[in-house]
Amino acid sequence: MSSSGASHKLHGLRLALGEHYRIINSNKLSQFGFWVIVVFTVIALLAPWLAPYDPWEMTYDSEGNFASLRPPSWEFPMGTTHLGYDLFSQLILATRTTLLIGVVSGFISIVIGANVGLIAGYYGGKVDEVLMRITDILYGMPFLPFIIVLIALFGRKLEFIILAIVLIIWRTSARVIRAQAMSIKQRQFIQMAKARGASDFRIIYFHILPNVMPLLLLYAAFNIAWSIITEASASFLGFGDGETISWGGMLYELWLSGKTRVAWWWFASPSVCIILLVVSLVFVSRAYEEVANPRLRKR
Amino acid sequence: MSNPQDPLLSVRNLGVVYNTSQGPVHAVSNVSFDVRENEVFGIAGESGCGKSTLIKALLRLLAENGTATADRCTYRGRALMDMDEEDFRREILWQEISMVPQSAMASFNPVHRVGDQVIESIQAHRDDSRAQAMERAAELFDVVGLEPGLLKSYPHEFSGGMRQRAMIAMALSLDPGLIIMDEPTTGLDVLVQERILRRIREIRSELKSSIILITHDIAVIAEMSDRIAIMYGGEIMEQASAIDLFENPHHPYTLGLKNAFPSITTLGTELISIPGSPPTLVGPVQSCPFAPRCPFDDAICHSANPEAKEIAEGHIVRCAHSADAARFRELAKEKSTWLS
Repeated sequence: MSSSGASHKLHGLRLALGEHYRIINSNKLSQFGFWVIVVFTVIALLAPWLAPYDPWEMTYDSEGNFASLRPPSWEFPMGTTHLGYDLFSQLILATRTTLLIGVVSGFISIVIGANVGLIAGYYGGKVDEVLMRITDILYGMPFLPFIIVLIALFGRKLEFIILAIVLIIWRTSARVIRAQAMSIKQRQFIQMAKARGASDFRIIYFHILPNVMPLLLLYAAFNIAWSIITEASASFLGFGDGETISWGGMLYELWLSGKTRVAWWWFASPSVCIILLVVSLVFVSRAYEEVANPRLRKR
Repeated sequence: MSNPQDPLLSVRNLGVVYNTSQGPVHAVSNVSFDVRENEVFGIAGESGCGKSTLIKALLRLLAENGTATADRCTYRGRALMDMDEEDFRREILWQEISMVPQSAMASFNPVHRVGDQVIESIQAHRDDSRAQAMERAAELFDVVGLEPGLLKSYPHEFSGGMRQRAMIAMALSLDPGLIIMDEPTTGLDVLVQERILRRIREIRSELKSSIILITHDIAVIAEMSDRIAIMYGGEIMEQASAIDLFENPHHPYTLGLKNAFPSITTLGTELISIPGSPPTLVGPVQSCPFAPRCPFDDAICHSANPEAKEIAEGHIVRCAHSADAARFRELAKEKSTWLS
């Protein structure tokens, strides 16, 4: 591709970014959600430098006493656990794991969902039949037994948790994108592209994909939110990765310690973080949904 | 290599059947015609007569329930129907046969710039770089009378006439041997229509492409075509040179169509329409498809579908009573003939 082509692409990208800016600023909630996501992302990126303590370091207060089960204070902004671990540091490092799992499984699941949906919707017939029956089977699969078996077989590893989440959540995006692809396929410009001698590959990825983009972004955001909730539930039940720390994992530790009734702060901070991040993702995706579905727009 | 005297496109007994829940629909049957090098071949007929199905069959764009069969369908000596999908797409589509669709409005992908869509076909068939292809697209825009700067615009920024011209530019992009224009001026106002037609005529005199012009507008087809085929109920009723067809029409349907359009010489006289509606085409055809609406029908018309007869050099009529054409022509001028 020539350099003029590259600058043309860049111009298109700038336009596209301007469009995203407009969508996010279209209402207060999505603006709020956007900034929450930005803050969490920054925390996740800078986590090792931001955390004042090691997450598994027994801390002592300034007077030299072992800091066990301390409520929030200047020294320990989010309190400590019964073993004296600093919850603020744990929370910061957990942000990284949670976001990583959310983004990676959200991204992989939307890639799978988009491809399955586009291919099933475009080709129809037997291809569609086979792919849609597979998604139907996944719809019938209960998440918890599935992850329990998977973790029991392969061990408590981050990769397998991501795998389990991805395998379950691509189904919805596949169905929605298939429906959209089927309707776009009927439009006349697709037939014209065929008359021009465009290959199936080109029709799917150059002509149909950009037309389902708003929907795709919406479902990407949904998938990320859903992955975070799923990871938290799995971790809370003890199926998280033992090596890393996540928000759900922090709640699991609390449960194990038996201090649920005593240490409200231990319970509060990870829960608030989960809710805040998921809600922010939903707010942002709501703004995108108005683009994908104009009927939701205020008149 | 094909002989230069051979027609560019030769079709014999082309039929298209759609399988529907109400049984097979014979949308096109027994269609035979030749398109010669560098000519405009017009196909006229009312809505639902199978014009669009015919070209969809040629370009393999039929819906999944449609099947096309033909005794012969050759383009420059190559049998189109026998080619495999991939070869057809790479070597024939757009490269040799391109089309200007019925509604240019809906024929552009709304998310891509017009220029990107024009160069799509160039890049799909040639090894041109993007810049080369864009240069070619700018030339083409110039040919159809559009500013090359408009290549950077999106389809929604174009007016109907501009889109139609952009579509024509796109159809010209690979110098195809044959351009199929499916109602290229439908939905445009008369002034824009005239401008587009003038542009098509200019292009035609400059390029060597042949054109199949499909329309329901007799005025347009009379003005533009060298030879004309009149379609009714999925079949070609009459086929002749443009002059022959209008000065010496033989088929009652052609006579009826002529009556239904105003001409300068008969200004002020009342137009006569053909009563009734086109056939549904469900099930096999056992009679002349026009017989139910024909004022001159008799038992023969209803018992068998007439064979096509060549009554003069290049003038083919599908009517059992073509010998009575002179009498029909006189009677057809009377409104009472059509109303009885």
